[in-house]
Amino acid sequence: MTAVDDRPTTEVGKDRRRKEDQRLITGRTRWTDNIQLPGMLHLAMVRSPFAHAKILSIGTDEAKAAPGVHAVFTGADLADSQGVNINAWPITPDQVTPTHLPVPSERVAHTGEIVAVVVARSAALARDAAELVDVDYEELPAVLDLKEAMKDEVLAHPDAGTNKSAFWQLDSKAAGTGGDVEEAIAKARQDGIVIEREYRQQRLVPAFMEPRSTVVDPTGEQVVIWSATQVPHILRFAIAATMGIPESKVRVIAPDVGGGFGGKLQTTPEEFATIAIARKLGKPCKYTETRSETMVSAHHGRDQWQKMTLAAEKDGTVTALKVDLLADLGAYVAIVGGGVPVLGAWMFNSIYKFPAYQFNCQTVLTNKTWVDAYRGAGRPEATYAIERIMDELAAEVGVDPIAIREKNWITHDEFPFTTVAGMTYDSGNYEAATAKALELFGYDELRAEQKRRRESGDTVQLGLGVSTFTEMCGLAPSRVLGSLSYGAGGWESASIRMLATGTVEVVSGATPHGQGHETAWSQIVADRLGIPFENVEVLHGDTQIAPKGLDTYGSRSLVVGGEALVRAADKVIEKAKPIAAHLLEASVDDLEFEAGQFTVKGTDKGIGITDIALATFAAHNLPDGVEPSIDADATFDPVDFSFPHGTHLCAMEVDTETGQSTMRKYVCVDDIGTIINPLIVEGQIHGGLVQGIAQALWEGAEYDEQGTLVSGSFVDYTLPTAADTINYVSEHTVSPSTTNTLGTKGVGEAGTIASTPAVVNAIVDALRPMGIDDIQMPCTPERVWKAIRTAGAQQDKAPTADAQAHFGEGAPNQDPAAGTTDGAAQ
Amino acid sequence: MTRINVTVDGVSNADDVEPRMLLVHYLREVVGKVGTVVGCDTSNCGACTVHLDGRSVKSCNVLAVQADGHEVTTIEGLATNGELHPMQTAFHENHALQCGYCTPGMIMQAVDLLRENPDPTEEEIRVGLEGNLCRCTGYHNIVKAVAAAAGSMSSERSNA
Ligand code: FES
Ligand code: FES
Repeated sequence: MTAVDDRPTTEVGKDRRRKEDQRLITGRTRWTDNIQLPGMLHLAMVRSPFAHAKILSIGTDEAKAAPGVHAVFTGADLADSQGVNINAWPITPDQVTPTHLPVPSERVAHTGEIVAVVVARSAALARDAAELVDVDYEELPAVLDLKEAMKDEVLAHPDAGTNKSAFWQLDSKAAGTGGDVEEAIAKARQDGIVIEREYRQQRLVPAFMEPRSTVVDPTGEQVVIWSATQVPHILRFAIAATMGIPESKVRVIAPDVGGGFGGKLQTTPEEFATIAIARKLGKPCKYTETRSETMVSAHHGRDQWQKMTLAAEKDGTVTALKVDLLADLGAYVAIVGGGVPVLGAWMFNSIYKFPAYQFNCQTVLTNKTWVDAYRGAGRPEATYAIERIMDELAAEVGVDPIAIREKNWITHDEFPFTTVAGMTYDSGNYEAATAKALELFGYDELRAEQKRRRESGDTVQLGLGVSTFTEMCGLAPSRVLGSLSYGAGGWESASIRMLATGTVEVVSGATPHGQGHETAWSQIVADRLGIPFENVEVLHGDTQIAPKGLDTYGSRSLVVGGEALVRAADKVIEKAKPIAAHLLEASVDDLEFEAGQFTVKGTDKGIGITDIALATFAAHNLPDGVEPSIDADATFDPVDFSFPHGTHLCAMEVDTETGQSTMRKYVCVDDIGTIINPLIVEGQIHGGLVQGIAQALWEGAEYDEQGTLVSGSFVDYTLPTAADTINYVSEHTVSPSTTNTLGTKGVGEAGTIASTPAVVNAIVDALRPMGIDDIQMPCTPERVWKAIRTAGAQQDKAPTADAQAHFGEGAPNQDPAAGTTDGAAQ
Repeated sequence: MTRINVTVDGVSNADDVEPRMLLVHYLREVVGKVGTVVGCDTSNCGACTVHLDGRSVKSCNVLAVQADGHEVTTIEGLATNGELHPMQTAFHENHALQCGYCTPGMIMQAVDLLRENPDPTEEEIRVGLEGNLCRCTGYHNIVKAVAAAAGSMSSERSNA
C-alpha cells in the first residue's frame, strides 16, 4: 500500500536546524508592537517618581486638551473595571498580601507605579500629553533596605501594620526526613566544624530584549489580547477571574515573544490597564513600554540575604545545614513572588547528604519594584549559597573543593535518593560528570599553574571555581503544588491532528519565547509517529488555537509538555490500530507499528499511518463503531520534578593591583538526561551561563536613598556584551530521567543556576591566600580591589583568629578577615 | 513637517515627517518595515541597526530627516533574489539566535563588520559586536556564525 519507508528513524538526538529561524533572520516577525489595527489608539503611562507617596490630586485637563488625545484615565476612573494583579501562591494562610491595583488611586508604593494613562492617536502624542498630567503627591517615608524593613519602623504599606509578608519553614526533624539541626550544630561546636556565612543575592533585572507590549481589540464578540507574555493561558485565567469577563470571551495571543527568562510570566498592571481602557473606549488600544519603563516596572529577580550555618565533622563530613533567608518581595507579592524563595527549600541541601536540615524563609515588603521569577527562580540563590559554603568547608578542612564534594555527595549507586528535604532524585551520576569536567578543564595543570603564580607572587593570580549543582525543575506535580497552596496545577496539554493530506498539526499548551519548541516538538512527534520532520507543524501561543495549557517557565516545557506530546502520539497510534487492522483484514493483535507503518506480523502487508489518516478523513470504509478520527489529546501531570545536574568549572585571573578579573576558561558538563536537539541544548546552556556569570560579575539593580532605581537603563544596568564574554566548553553525561518516557530533564535554567557560584568561587580561590573568603556580587573591580586592600590591612594588624566566630545577634559575616564589601544600601 | 526622500530596501519613498521623528520610527511606523525593532531608549542595544548607504547605524540614533536623500537597507532587504545573505545562513546554521529579537540588528552589524574587516579574529568579532546586546545566546554561537560567514564569503570571493 505504501512505498518503502526511507525516512530517518531517529530524529531525537539530531542537531536539527530550527524551523523558527527563517522568519526571524529575514525580519518577517510578529512582535506584539508590530500589530496595527484600524482605528487603533496608543497608550502612555504616567508613572510615580516617588517610592512611596499619597496621591493628592491628578490634573488631567491640559493633557486632555492636547492634540490627538482621546482620553486620560486615573485610577479612580478605572476603579470598577481594571481588575487586580493576582498572587497565585500565598505561601502561608496568613501571608500579608497588599492589594495590587493596576492603577492605584490613593497611594503609590514604588517608583514607576502607574497613576494615570493617556490615550492618543499615536504613541508619540500620548507620550507628549503624559508630560502634561499634573499629579500632586504627598511623599511618605519609604522603606528600601531589606534588613531595615524587618524592623517595621517604616512601613511599605502602613495599613498592613508590618513589612513581614510571610514566614515559611522546612525542618527535617519535624518533617521526619532527617535529624535535629540544632542538636547537630551544637555537637559540631563541641567537636567538629561550624561555618557561618551570610551571602547577598543582589537584585537583578531580567532584561529580556523585547520590551513588553500589549494590544487589545475589544471590537468583536471576544476581547482579543496580544501580549508579549510567557503565559497567555494564565493571563486569560487572570483576566476572567478579576475583570468580570467570561473566560470564553477572552482570547489571548502571545505572538513572537522576544525573550522572557521569567520576566514575562507576570500578569501585569500594563496589560490590565490596556484591557480596561480598550473596553471602555470600544477601540483597539496598544501599549508598548520604553526600556526605561521596563526597568522600573517589570518585576525584578533575586534580592535575598542568606544566612548559612553548616556543621561538619573534623574530616569534612557534613552533619547539618541551617538556612535563614530574608527575601525582598518589593512593593507587592507578585504572581509567584512569595513562592520563588521558597523553591530554595528543596535545593540548599543540593547533592550533599546532610543528615539534618532546616530552611527558614522570611519574605518582606519594601517600597521597591516587585520581585518574582528570574531564570532559575529560587534555585540559583540556593545553589550559590551552598556551593560557596562548600568551598569554605574545603578551605577549613584544608582539602581541595572537589574532594569535599566527593566526600559528601550522593553516589551514583544511591539513586533514587530521597534527600533530607524530602525530594526524591530519580537519577544522576555526579562522579561521571565531575570526572569529565575535570579532564576537559585540565584541572590538575591549572592547579599547578596556580601554585606557581602564588609562589612567584604574580600580580595576576589564578583562581579555580567549582560548582557541582543540581536543581529541580519541570514545574510541577499538581499534587505537590496543591500541598504548597499554589493556585494552579502543573500539568501540560498537547493535541495531535492527523490531516488528510499527510501532514500533522501538533498543538502545545507550552508557549515558547525563543526555546525552539517548534523544532524540538517536531522531532519528538516525527519519531513517535514515523513521519517526516518537515511534515509536522507546531501550533502554540494562542488560547483559541491551543485552548489548554500552563505555558513556559521553570524548565517545564519539554519534561511536562513533551511527555504530553508523547502520550498524545501514542493515543493516535492506538486509535489508528483498529482501522489499520480493518483495512489490512487482519487482527489487531497481529499488528506491529514501526517507523510510521502498521504491518501484519510475519507478512509483507502494511499500511502507513498517514494513509490511515486519509482513510479516516474519507470515512468510507471504517470498522463498525469506530469514530472517524484518529486525532488525540493528552494532558500530562508529572509524578515528580526533574533533577538535572552538572559540574561547572571556571578559571578566573584576578589582577591584584587593579581588582580586574578576567575569565580564562569555563567548562561545564551537564546531565540533562536524554537530549532531543543538541544544538538547542547548547544554546540554552550558553545563554544560561552568561546570565549567571553576569550576576557574579556585572549586574545589579541599585537604588538611591530616595528609592529611585539608578540602574534604570541599559547605560547603567551593565548587561554583558560579546566583548565581555568568552567561548564555553559544554559537554554532557547522560543519566536518563526515570519519570518521563523520553528520559529528558529540564535545561532552560541549568546554566544560570550553576555558573554564578563557579565564578565567585574562582575569584575567592584566587584571593584566599590573602585572607579573603568572600566578595559580594557583582564582583566588580572596585569591590575586588577594596577586598584586597581591606584584607591586606587586616593581615598587617593581626593574624586571623584561629577560633571560629559565630553569628551574633544581627551581625553579618562573622569572619573578621572577610573581604566583604558594603552593600546594605542596595 | 519636513519632506524627505528615502530609498528603503530598494523602494523610493517620499514622506512628510516631523523633524523629531527617529529613523527607526519612520521605518516601522511610516514605511512599515517592522522587521527592524526597538530594544532600548538609550542607543545601547543595537536591535535597531540598519545600513545607511551601506554602513551600519543604530536607527534610533538617527533622525528620519538625516536619511533624506540616502539609501537604507533593513534586515528585510538583505536577502536578494530570494537568496539569503551568507550572514543570515550562518546565523541559522550555527544556531545564533533564540528569541530572534536582537537578530535583525545583530545580522546588520555583523555584515558591516565583515565589510570593514573580511577576515576578523574572534576578538575582533567580539569587539565589533559590542554595541549589540543579546540576552538569549550568550554570544558564543553569534561569534561562531560571524566567523563562519567570513569563511563562506571569502571562499565565494575566491571562486568568483
Ligand atoms: S533601539 Fe536600542 S540601540 Fe536602537
Ligand atoms: S536571540 Fe534573544 S536577544 Fe538575542
